[in-house]
Amino acid sequence: MVENKEAREAVGDYKAGWHDPENSTIRFDFGLSEEVVREISSLKNEPAWMTEIRVKAFHHFMERPMPNWGNTSMLEEIDFDKICYYLRSSDATEKNWEDVPEDIRNTFDKLGIPEAEQKWLSGVTAQYESEAVYHSIRGDLEEQGVIFLDMDSGLREYPEIVKKWFCSVVPLTDNKFSALNTAVWSGGSFIYVPKGIKVEMPVQAYFRINAKNMGQFERTLIIADEGSSIHYVEGCTAPTYSTDSLHSAVVELIALPGAHIRYSTVQNWSSNVYNLVTKRGIAHENATIEWVDGNIGSKLTMKYPAVILKGEGSHAEVISVAYSGEGQHQDAGAKIHHLASNTTSKILSKSISKNGGRGSYRGMVTVSPKAENCKLNVVCDALILDESSRSDTYPTMEVSNPTARCEHEASVSKVSDEQLFYLMSRGHSEEEALAMIVNGFFEPFTRELPMEYAVELNQLMALEMEGSIG
Amino acid sequence: MAGSNALLEIKGLHAGIDGNQILKGIDLEIGPGEIHAIMGRNGSGKTTTANVIMGHPEFEVEKGEVILDGEDLLEMEAWERARAGVFLSFQYPQAVPGLQVGNFLRKSVSSIRGEEAAKGSIFREDLSKAMESLDVPRSFLARYVNDGFSGGEKKRFEILQLMLLKPKLAVLDETDSGLDIDGIRTVSEGINAAIRDSDSGALIITHYSRILEHINPDKVHVLMDGIIVSSGGPELATKLEEQGYEWLQQE
Repeated sequence: MVENKEAREAVGDYKAGWHDPENSTIRFDFGLSEEVVREISSLKNEPAWMTEIRVKAFHHFMERPMPNWGNTSMLEEIDFDKICYYLRSSDATEKNWEDVPEDIRNTFDKLGIPEAEQKWLSGVTAQYESEAVYHSIRGDLEEQGVIFLDMDSGLREYPEIVKKWFCSVVPLTDNKFSALNTAVWSGGSFIYVPKGIKVEMPVQAYFRINAKNMGQFERTLIIADEGSSIHYVEGCTAPTYSTDSLHSAVVELIALPGAHIRYSTVQNWSSNVYNLVTKRGIAHENATIEWVDGNIGSKLTMKYPAVILKGEGSHAEVISVAYSGEGQHQDAGAKIHHLASNTTSKILSKSISKNGGRGSYRGMVTVSPKAENCKLNVVCDALILDESSRSDTYPTMEVSNPTARCEHEASVSKVSDEQLFYLMSRGHSEEEALAMIVNGFFEPFTRELPMEYAVELNQLMALEMEGSIG
Repeated sequence: MAGSNALLEIKGLHAGIDGNQILKGIDLEIGPGEIHAIMGRNGSGKTTTANVIMGHPEFEVEKGEVILDGEDLLEMEAWERARAGVFLSFQYPQAVPGLQVGNFLRKSVSSIRGEEAAKGSIFREDLSKAMESLDVPRSFLARYVNDGFSGGEKKRFEILQLMLLKPKLAVLDETDSGLDIDGIRTVSEGINAAIRDSDSGALIITHYSRILEHINPDKVHVLMDGIIVSSGGPELATKLEEQGYEWLQQE
């Protein structure tokens, strides 16, 4: 056990817990007002319609009360006046790795981005602070007419596409935190895949929060035109800070008829981050939207990737895992609305809680009266590693059409001593044995990820299991 | 046999669980290349013996010694014993959903026999040979450890691990239960291949003498109420099969 202790000390409590000195060109004072919102928009030279959307969203945010569900006591602790709403660390969006400022490059080196790119990426946009500083896209994607930009550039270069779809999936009055994002958003990805184009390799973006008390409000919009397909991968990791940070993103997906969008996320926020994210997609006729969503860190996560099955024969899948350690609450799940006939959906949710952590599954599936012959399947499994940890399930199904076929399964399990003994008898220490069980539990999720993410996640969980015994 | 030559030495072992004494003074010596059998009825302490040798944390050892190749096993945790060369084939192997057999085997070989043995071609060759001799299909490797396995598959998987992990001492707890006649023959061949003509030893724990017909143990011990009441050659197993345990109780 000594060697594990040493390893832990060497690594620190949090694997990605370094931070570089802040080097920001523009940084706003803390707090939010209409003036700040207008200022952000004007600094970015945005069209007037975007400024108006931001201002409307700001007022909605101010008027809208805090949600009265979920972990309300943790939510009440957020002090919106102590958050900085815009910060830019590099003046221009860079295209070549060499042109990216050195301290920023160091940060990405630590995150392993360049190597990752060689193997897996067909394009990279990495969010550092509020704006993407590094962005590249492989030539063949460009030739195919695929647009892959950071959101700010997307708005500058393709205002008509952005105007058509922005807030079309998540309206600015949707919820308090999406309204906040709409008011102050910065960065994120903008992707348009033309008709019939199938992007073979996953495209990837990395986000992290670096500045203390830095709100990160990225905005992502992905439009897959008829018959096209794309797999977008987003990985998040943030350094540890003593005061709270807010991450409130909005992701909108539009899968036009026959299109296929898969959106994979592994989030590893440090344990002081509020991760309050709205992710939603609309699937048209025979389109498929899949959310593959892993939440490892953060203080409080509230995230329910949603799909609106608007077109006949469309399909939705949400596979998610959540890991909650000490002082953490992962309130995650999925929402699926069957609005059209012959639509199908599948939800698989897996949560692990340890050291007093709390994992909640909150799910909603609805079938509208006109939607005939829908099929829906919900499975949620929880694994609790000790007595002080907690798991709860809040499933809602509102089925208004009698032809729907619904399946729901839920299980809560604990790691048994016999399981641990079995693995230990094969030469594995108790921590290694636990990591094997935990990684096995997450396997249905992990196998959906690109290889490097799967490896990273397994390593992360092994690290989390160290020192969890006794 | 002189004590110093023994592979496994158990001396005056008293052990139990939750304050109940189950083993009440076990003495046993197994030499290199030897296969011993422990027979006995349910509740006589057979599985407790296996668990105590492997180091199940729930069992308490009150007194006695368990020495493998000069090393005090009782000082070690289960995983350290495994690395020291103890293997237990479980009566009820545990399922670990999501953990793939192939990965698990490689990791276990690496932990116990070192990284070299777990490397690509060496490992693959060992694995193919063992799987072939146990009649295990390739598709097995992609399944999850003991998850949804039939009784026979579980026991074959235990012996597959035995063959790959190459322990100094293999303890086989009711390995014959859940196997049909062909299964018993295949598994016995696996055990013989792993132990005979090697410096390893084995302790076979069983209800029935059937598996012993294929393995032909050097010694048979009868366990009753936590002590070994009789020891002898393979003929003892035959006698037990024919006459049951009654006559021993009367002695």
